[in-house]
Amino acid sequence: MIKRRYILNFPPESGDKPLSYHLVRDYDIRINILKAEVYPGKRGSLLLELQGKKENIEKGVEYLQKHQVVCESLEKRIHFEEEKCIDCGNCTAVCFAGALTMNRETWKLKFDKSKCVVCELCIPACPLHLFEIDFR
Amino acid sequence: MKKIKTYEEINQKLKQGKAVVLTAEEVSEMAKTTGPDEIAEKVDVVTTATFGAMCSSGAIINFGHADPPIRMEKIRLNGVPCYEGLAAVDSYIGATACDPENPQYGGAHVILDLLEGKDVIIEAWGKGTDCYPRKYIKTKININTVNEFILFNPRNAYQNYNVAVNTTKRMIHTYMGTLLPNMRNATYSTSGELSPLLNDPEFRTIGIGTRIFLGGAQGFVVWNGTQFNTTRQKNEFGIPVTNAATIAVMGNLKEMSPEYLQAVYYEKYGVSMFVGIGIPIPILDEDMARRVSVRNSQIETSVLDYGTVGTPKLEQVNYEQLQSGFIRVKGQKVRTAPVSSLAKARKIADNLKYMLQNGKFEVTRPVQLFPNNTSLNSLKETEVEND
Repeated sequence: MIKRRYILNFPPESGDKPLSYHLVRDYDIRINILKAEVYPGKRGSLLLELQGKKENIEKGVEYLQKHQVVCESLEKRIHFEEEKCIDCGNCTAVCFAGALTMNRETWKLKFDKSKCVVCELCIPACPLHLFEIDFR
Repeated sequence: MKKIKTYEEINQKLKQGKAVVLTAEEVSEMAKTTGPDEIAEKVDVVTTATFGAMCSSGAIINFGHADPPIRMEKIRLNGVPCYEGLAAVDSYIGATACDPENPQYGGAHVILDLLEGKDVIIEAWGKGTDCYPRKYIKTKININTVNEFILFNPRNAYQNYNVAVNTTKRMIHTYMGTLLPNMRNATYSTSGELSPLLNDPEFRTIGIGTRIFLGGAQGFVVWNGTQFNTTRQKNEFGIPVTNAATIAVMGNLKEMSPEYLQAVYYEKYGVSMFVGIGIPIPILDEDMARRVSVRNSQIETSVLDYGTVGTPKLEQVNYEQLQSGFIRVKGQKVRTAPVSSLAKARKIADNLKYMLQNGKFEVTRPVQLFPNNTSLNSLKETEVEND
């Protein structure tokens, strides 16, 4: 069993299909919707946590892509200019998901992207504006 | 009290490479097993440091005279307004200055652009006089074309600072970072036991003329900082339990490094500048040894509600608790986050230690000590008669 987070972008024509139902029934994947934005007729974006057998998740992702859903791992959609970070800690103040924390020995920033829930609070909270997330 | 070492003796040892130099964190650790008498004998200098947002910062610049010359009576650097009331071509650009049309780029960014060697566009206007006939100029300057480029920060390195929380139901944006509603987070800003003015709380060795590490170069304490307050309530370890004293500092920006100065923009607040400051503290006697031995658990500060007018005090906590990741405020467990960089402060303290050990830095006896018994005035509003 593995657990992975993906960002899904739906074109307008896929918005009315019960795709997540098929993930559960056909591929035995446990899904957890962490964030959803649906604009009927325009687009939809989803942050989905998929839990299941590795090969089933891969097949599930293929199934989504077959239905014109862009499905990319969350990590790939998070951009962080780490080399410019000054380890001030401002982003850790807002990150209630626990993805951004301070290492309490070195006081360097730790970023565990797999814990991100795309609340996007870190984007304005960083005084150097080093975060970008492609969700939409 | 028995004098153990003089400034001269310490500097002699530093020159010979024989001095024992520790960072304030190292000496606080040592103090767990060693008394101040022994520390005073063994340790010569303790390095302290901080790297945080210090809004009251800026740069003095002399642009040089153009031909024909202009008396600059309105000046913009990359569109950012800077002070025009200093003769013809002197100016002061404040770190927080900005054009309201472009609030994310301010004085701190101009200073950093110059520091990084970039060209900056200067535009200036004058009324035209007999000796300064020109009325307008637009050209490029950089760090090499200007004469003086001096960092002058009127209020830096706060001795302790409040912890910020927000008890309201809406998120607020402050210089202490983004404060989540219902006290979902707390932010704090000093480097605790490594913080310069917490290691010499009575200002016995830090005063006017003290040589310091400033932005990667050697700089000086030139005055007490503005809002210098020595009459705050102190705890049993002599530590003021809220923001208290400050220092005014100066140094040659042409010798500084972008590694230790950083322009920043806080959402819905504005521009500021992170400044790296390190101060060496000579261990003259047992009293100084006791002062630098202060530990995070002994440094207390006040938790204030930034969401409520008057920022009422809700709790008193110490830096050991703050650095643990959680504090308790009115019975509620609140997650903490720093807003200044302890990692960078440690780097500065280590750098300064290295420079001292290698004869590249010395300790300075203040030319004059800071005033004591100062407190703050607030701005009272009185009726102003219209003409």
